[in-house]
Amino acid sequence: MKQPDVLQQESPIGQSPPRKEGAAKVTGKAVYVDDLPVAGAIYGATVRSKVARGRLVGITYHPGVPWEDISVVTAADIPGKNTIALIEHDQPCLADQRINHPEEAVVLLAHPDREVVEKARRLVELHIDPLPPVFDLDESLDGDVRVWGKDNVIKAFSIDKGDVAQAFASAEVIVEGDYATGAQEQLYIEPQGMVALASPKHGITVWGSLQCPYYIHDALATLFGVAKERVRIIQCETGGGFGGKEEYPSMIAAHAALLAWKSRRPVKLIYDRHEDMLATTKRHPSRTRIRSAHDRDGKLLALDVDFRLDGGAYMTLSPVVLSRGGLHASGPYHCENIRVQARAAATNHPPHGAFRGFGAPQSVFAMERHLDKVAEQLGIEPVELRRRNFLQPGQKMATGQVLRDSIDLPQLLDRALTMSDYLRRREEFSRHNEEAAASGSSLRKGIGLASFMHGAGFTGSGERYLASIVAVDATPQGMVRIRASSTEIGQGKDTVFTQIAQDVLGLPSSMIEVIRPDTAEVPNSGPTVASRTVMVVGKLVQRACQELRRKLSEGGLLGESYTPTEFATACGIFHQMGGSLRVESQYQQPSGIEWDDKKYRGDAYATYAWAVYVAEVTVDLVTYETRVDRFWALQDAGRIIHPVLAAGQIEGGVAQGVGFALYEKVVWQSGRMQNAQMTNYIMPTSLDVPDIFVEFDDRATRTGADAPHGPRGAKGIGELPLDGSAPAVISAVHHATGLMISAIPMTPEDLLQALETAR
Amino acid sequence: MSHNLSEFVACSALTLPEALARLAESSDPERGPWRPLAGGTDVMVTMAAGTLPVGRYVDIWPLAELRGITVTDDSVEIGALTTYTELRAHPVITAEFPLLSLAARETGAIAIQNRGTIGGNIANASPAADTPPGLLAYDAELELASLSGTRVVPYARFHSKYKQMDRRPDELITKVRLRREPSPSPGQPIHYYRKVGTRAAQAISKVCFAGFARIDGQKLLTVRIGLGSVAPIPLRCVRTEAALLSGPLDEALIRRAEATLSYEIMPIDDVRSNLRYRRTVTLNLLREFLTRCQGR
Ligand SMILES: Cc1cc2nc3c(=O)[nH]c(=O)nc-3n(C[C@H](O)[C@H](O)[C@H](O)COP(=O)(O)OP(=O)(O)OC[C@H]3O[C@@H](n4cnc5c(N)ncnc54)[C@H](O)[C@@H]3O)c2cc1C
Repeated sequence: MKQPDVLQQESPIGQSPPRKEGAAKVTGKAVYVDDLPVAGAIYGATVRSKVARGRLVGITYHPGVPWEDISVVTAADIPGKNTIALIEHDQPCLADQRINHPEEAVVLLAHPDREVVEKARRLVELHIDPLPPVFDLDESLDGDVRVWGKDNVIKAFSIDKGDVAQAFASAEVIVEGDYATGAQEQLYIEPQGMVALASPKHGITVWGSLQCPYYIHDALATLFGVAKERVRIIQCETGGGFGGKEEYPSMIAAHAALLAWKSRRPVKLIYDRHEDMLATTKRHPSRTRIRSAHDRDGKLLALDVDFRLDGGAYMTLSPVVLSRGGLHASGPYHCENIRVQARAAATNHPPHGAFRGFGAPQSVFAMERHLDKVAEQLGIEPVELRRRNFLQPGQKMATGQVLRDSIDLPQLLDRALTMSDYLRRREEFSRHNEEAAASGSSLRKGIGLASFMHGAGFTGSGERYLASIVAVDATPQGMVRIRASSTEIGQGKDTVFTQIAQDVLGLPSSMIEVIRPDTAEVPNSGPTVASRTVMVVGKLVQRACQELRRKLSEGGLLGESYTPTEFATACGIFHQMGGSLRVESQYQQPSGIEWDDKKYRGDAYATYAWAVYVAEVTVDLVTYETRVDRFWALQDAGRIIHPVLAAGQIEGGVAQGVGFALYEKVVWQSGRMQNAQMTNYIMPTSLDVPDIFVEFDDRATRTGADAPHGPRGAKGIGELPLDGSAPAVISAVHHATGLMISAIPMTPEDLLQALETAR
Repeated sequence: MSHNLSEFVACSALTLPEALARLAESSDPERGPWRPLAGGTDVMVTMAAGTLPVGRYVDIWPLAELRGITVTDDSVEIGALTTYTELRAHPVITAEFPLLSLAARETGAIAIQNRGTIGGNIANASPAADTPPGLLAYDAELELASLSGTRVVPYARFHSKYKQMDRRPDELITKVRLRREPSPSPGQPIHYYRKVGTRAAQAISKVCFAGFARIDGQKLLTVRIGLGSVAPIPLRCVRTEAALLSGPLDEALIRRAEATLSYEIMPIDDVRSNLRYRRTVTLNLLREFLTRCQGR
């Protein structure tokens, strides 16, 4: 479509243009990694341990395939350091002597025929002398089987505010509870995979389905012991990530590259769904114990939280997941005395990893359930209890961070109550349930809610360490190209970056190109995680575009306003004069943000998104099944750049949260997932997802054009909906059944058991 | 990818005699016997999982003889290749044998309903299959054909043990036969179907209950119950039925039926559910069915 050459008057912010990559996806033209035509490629396969823990004493390659034609890689073939470099170097790329979890990779194979390599995989026998494993996170912390470090503690920290002991000593009411959440599989549509080319002469190039190109870049440089310039990572179209493609792709890239290095041929290593579910990371299972002290009106006087995560066999990202979980543990509530003790324990499960929400869904679930318990114990309505304890601007959060957002939580709560007609429904359902119980009818109705917040961007000083860079350049024809390592993973980043650039430059979308992440072409704008892409990287896009515009206007080539043709002409002249139209912007922490990594004091996050979610459920006492009928999701996530994409994020997150609450249960046996198929790992279908009503309300925090955080005052929203969905749903189940459910997923089997226990 | 496609042999049969001739061929020492391939919705899943025995498959999808639903005055004959989509839409099935169209509706999702067949559902012999309970409740018969002729087997006697059935390797299931109830028949007909599978589609049953009854006032004239996922085979609950015919349908009789059913089923713990849940829900469903019979 030809765009008219006119001044762009209206800001594209707040509009919902079609997704940039949408047409290629719906017409099947988008190229995912397994679609890449690679001449001469051979196919890789991974031989994995079936044992949870032991000592590897030998490997037998049984006859039945032409072994002489098969490339075989073991730990001995690794040119550099046998590790997947991340926070620490504790995780090997290929297990050498020690086996620490089921599905740990030991041998890699490749052959031109996919069937031969699969047959070969079954003919490799690993001889492992078993050692005692530990699977339960509390057994790991309290027992005497040592599986990691000196005490199995991957990370521990505490947050201390006020004097908790003193407050408990004098409190009128003390409520205690234990809460638990399960592992959850990300279930992106596209299973993971990589293609690699590697040789000492040409260096290493990897294409794949991934979220964080520079994580892989670092990992491969360490693994091969080569300079970073010799490694190149290119993102293919990626069919979803949800955190599952944050750290694990480094492992697959490493395996593919090792096979390519040894065989001197391009290697394709693609997981099928079963292998993906068995071997890749899942959400950290959690246990939380909460003690809280209150006065008779429910006012929170002290809060003591013991938050534990099962990290699995290696450190991976557990310390950061633990941080976010611990920092969200006290929720959007004010309390003078808080202690949060957080620990991530090693077990012999495959390592748990990044998953949308990143620790916060676990701790928010615990706190929200606990408040419902407190409300019940004190005979206060759950809504009222929350209202009495909300944080207010100017008050101090758990880390001593002064709340600077001008949020008005009581107003947000009121809006959510109105939107969902909460009070009327609650009364009506209570009445319905009494009548149903009297008449022996089997359906119970409930409505429940959760209030919560999510810190946008990296935790603490993370963004300062990352020091992300975005580059923007313009061609002589006036094409503006945005270069960032932030990946398009289905969330619409290309579209939103284009809108942000358009907003500054006043150009049509067709003149803005978002370069596909390729470490040879884009600077490191950090990983695509932590709800940071629009807020943090988007801000850098905005600043780089402002810089580009300034460059052109300082040279006298552009006036205050201009048409696209005038812009292109200006670029042409600038290039002719020998100038470079490439500009960079680098993250600078907004002033006044202080964080102490050791003491967990200070500004944990630059800003927060705030939300109140309401769920309505029907529980069937014949089958013990719970159906979420309706769901209202109200949030203040700052300025919304693309309302359709933003609503899509919320709806998808609610669906995933409903799965987390009611359906998705990983069945473990000796550290191995037993239900690693979509038939038996029950993810909700479109028929199980409720009607979702999404509303964005940024009245309280609207900050205008020069907001210090995101572009035009945008904040992060990607993870937010995962935090509050599950507790809202279970709160509604509580209303429907009177049962204080404290662990998820709550399957029908679990509900039956809870009913029998309560009887 | 866990399968070795090149180790499989497949061919298409265009007529029933051709298909039966293939199935009658003696077993190949390396590649085993010929086996039927209908919609492939079970076969392809086991193949992808690497658990399908390597072997030879004869595609029976083109066989016109096995297609279609034929209605006569006293019976309905459903060709073995009839799909769920056809079952869902057929007016006589939906009116007189609704347990089958309800089962079809809740099977897989649309793509599976277009491709999966009733013959495949029966011959796959999964205790969790969703049409067998309805077929048991309607006391269906199966017609099997081989080169040596056809024979008819009451469906209630077809499955013997887990994945074992009264079908020789050279036989095809050709038809499912249902007797239409003469009209008028005494009493009020009740059809009750519930599939319990945690999610609303693409679910494998944890319990599947199909009940058919005729009730006259307080007295059950006929009652037949078929259950899925609570025994090694699709289970016809003859003892519970007998208990239910022994007196007026009151609370005492319901209790007796519950006690009987609780011994008649053999649920297990597995990756999808547990024994306690399956037993409790089965009894709850029985009560719901009987309450429906009581007209409440
Ligand atoms: C995503 C998905 C969802 C599903 N959901 C359900 C569900 O909700 N409920 C349910 O019950 N099933 C379900 N299934 C299983 C399957 O779709 C059904 O069992 C279906 O009816 C099988 O029919 P088919 O024609 O595809 O059988 P095929 O896969 O072709 O064959 C299955 C078996 O039957 C044999 N066979 C087929 N036809 C004959 C015949 N005429 N005579 C003798 N032997 C024969 C074959 O040799 C094979 O052993 C699902 C499957 C998938 C993939």
